[in-house]
Amino acid sequence: MTRAADRRGRSIRLERIVRDWTGTRALDRVDVTVPAGSFTALLGPSGCGKSTLLRIVAGLDAATEGRVLIGGEDVSRRPADKRDLSMVFQSYALFPHLSVAENIVFGLKTRGVRRARRQERLHRVAELLGLTPYLDRKPAALSGGQQQRVALGRAVISQRSICLMDEPLSNLDAKLRQTMRTELRALQRELGFTMLYVTHDQVEAITMADQVVLMNEGRVEQADTPEALYERPATTFSARFIGTPPMNLVPAAALGGLGGRLEAAIGHPLMIGMRPEAMRVTQASSLSMVTTEAEYLGADALVQGRIGGAPVVLRAPGHYAPAAGTVLPIALAADDLHLFDAGSGTRVQLTGLASLMALSGIPGAEPGASAPFLNHRDQ
Amino acid sequence: MLTRQWVHGWLLLMPALTFIFLFTHIPAVVTVWNSFFSTARGRRPSVFVGLDNYERLINDPVFWKVLSNNLWFALGTIPTSIALAIAMALFVNRQFLGRSLVRMAYFTPTVLPLIAVANIWLFFYTPGFGLVDQILGAFDHGQTNLLGNPDTALAAIVVVSVWKEAGFFMIFYLAALQAIPPQLAEAARIEGAGGWTIFRRITFPLMMPTTLFVSINAVINSFRLVDHIFILTAGGPDNASSLLLYYIYETSFRFWDTAYGATLTVAMLALLCLLAIGQFFLFDRRVHYK
Repeated sequence: MTRAADRRGRSIRLERIVRDWTGTRALDRVDVTVPAGSFTALLGPSGCGKSTLLRIVAGLDAATEGRVLIGGEDVSRRPADKRDLSMVFQSYALFPHLSVAENIVFGLKTRGVRRARRQERLHRVAELLGLTPYLDRKPAALSGGQQQRVALGRAVISQRSICLMDEPLSNLDAKLRQTMRTELRALQRELGFTMLYVTHDQVEAITMADQVVLMNEGRVEQADTPEALYERPATTFSARFIGTPPMNLVPAAALGGLGGRLEAAIGHPLMIGMRPEAMRVTQASSLSMVTTEAEYLGADALVQGRIGGAPVVLRAPGHYAPAAGTVLPIALAADDLHLFDAGSGTRVQLTGLASLMALSGIPGAEPGASAPFLNHRDQ
Repeated sequence: MLTRQWVHGWLLLMPALTFIFLFTHIPAVVTVWNSFFSTARGRRPSVFVGLDNYERLINDPVFWKVLSNNLWFALGTIPTSIALAIAMALFVNRQFLGRSLVRMAYFTPTVLPLIAVANIWLFFYTPGFGLVDQILGAFDHGQTNLLGNPDTALAAIVVVSVWKEAGFFMIFYLAALQAIPPQLAEAARIEGAGGWTIFRRITFPLMMPTTLFVSINAVINSFRLVDHIFILTAGGPDNASSLLLYYIYETSFRFWDTAYGATLTVAMLALLCLLAIGQFFLFDRRVHYK
């Protein structure tokens, strides 16, 4: 596979893609840029148009408007078999009447690669994916994880510069999914192709991707690095979608004095976002939370409660279980207080937030949170 | 208690069993039995003649004639109607305006009564003013008598049968096509396969169980055909379009040589069994069952 490594992936650019089904608009002026050789995840709830977008890149669906550029070339009108990319389907789409070996070399055969060369590549790919003992079997005689690898083998054997994946791990059990995440990422790094990966699972997107494109109702909500998506969500949708449990969003009024000062500084109503893992219990603070119940998760605990009447969740390390009705004073770093326009839901920047918070009597905490994804179970 | 259940079970089976024995099994056994006796004529009763009837069969030129007719008929109808059925199924499996109408049109020949079909085609073939001659006439071609010519009579019947059968087989292929997940064709397309490669390497192999089923049916149908011949040619001219079952009918019920008719029937059943078994073995290695 060394040759594939020097052949870097090609970039993908989607320009103002619109897709109309009869009566509904599945994609609404979507712009996405996938840099060459990067791992980009299309993330979003079901029905947000991410799979449709992937099929448009593949050439299996046509966009109503807009252009698809691969490696700088406009391929909008080119059929799927001429786009020189590979794809892994959610259902794997293995050919049930062909053996594992025949499935993997299918593409090489249709392109007329000579037999000796085919066998050589087949053995390398089978070795890479641990499929060597199963080459003569039919797909029906394999486990889900093995079928997944066959689909992967079929995608990587042709050493195409772009690989598209449509929820490839969603049919696997949680443990296997975790292993496959690491393997997929390693495979992509090793072979150097451009990966466009569709998923509804934020853990997959955050752990694997260089860039996450978060979609909602046919529009791109935010396209950013996983870190930026977590630390600076651009909209309330992003804030709620990323993170387990999701970010607490409360109306500014619930924060009392601080809320009033913030709205006065900005000049319109705000929603305030605080991550459960960024809120720290402290000695004294003008911001306090009244607990209602606590949920023990092993490594940490989720404490449910209310701030000024709005429900919030706080994540505390270890076995922390305050009795219901306890008043917890809360400390928070200024970087961990997110402001959103209450009407449009977009992020609002405010300089001097830290001094405003200090003025309101809220002590600062260490910024950020203990890694929120690694110590949490899938989903 | 057990006996009571047993009696109830048999009582429930009785009506179906009665009919299956009365009209299938007993006649079959009687047919084999009869083939070893002579036909009773007038005051001469039927006597055991051993293999005499079979000896007569082997020396009967008409039998060999209708048998070879039947093989040509099978060779002419089966591959053509299957190929046509697949083509039609592929065509109506896509999205287009008026798809239901086209599907219905393809299926219409199957719904029409055989006798009506034969009469329609008899009109098409009529020398002078039939459809065929009307069209040929436009090209200044003289009169043709397709059904009256020993060289073309069988071919003319083959055309009618293909027309009648293809739409029926199409339904099975359409069902098979719709059972194939569309992702398979998409995956093949991504892997660089064009339409023909997808058909040859994915669609056709996955339809193999249907092809086996349809081809066995087609073989049986080709030996079972008798209705068209009554109307179109009555087996003529000079047995040029007579098929095995038609010959059996003529022998048994026109000449009332029932013993020889029974012998011919046994020969046909044996042939059909052999063909069906042969097809299973031939296809077995190439059929992928889910």
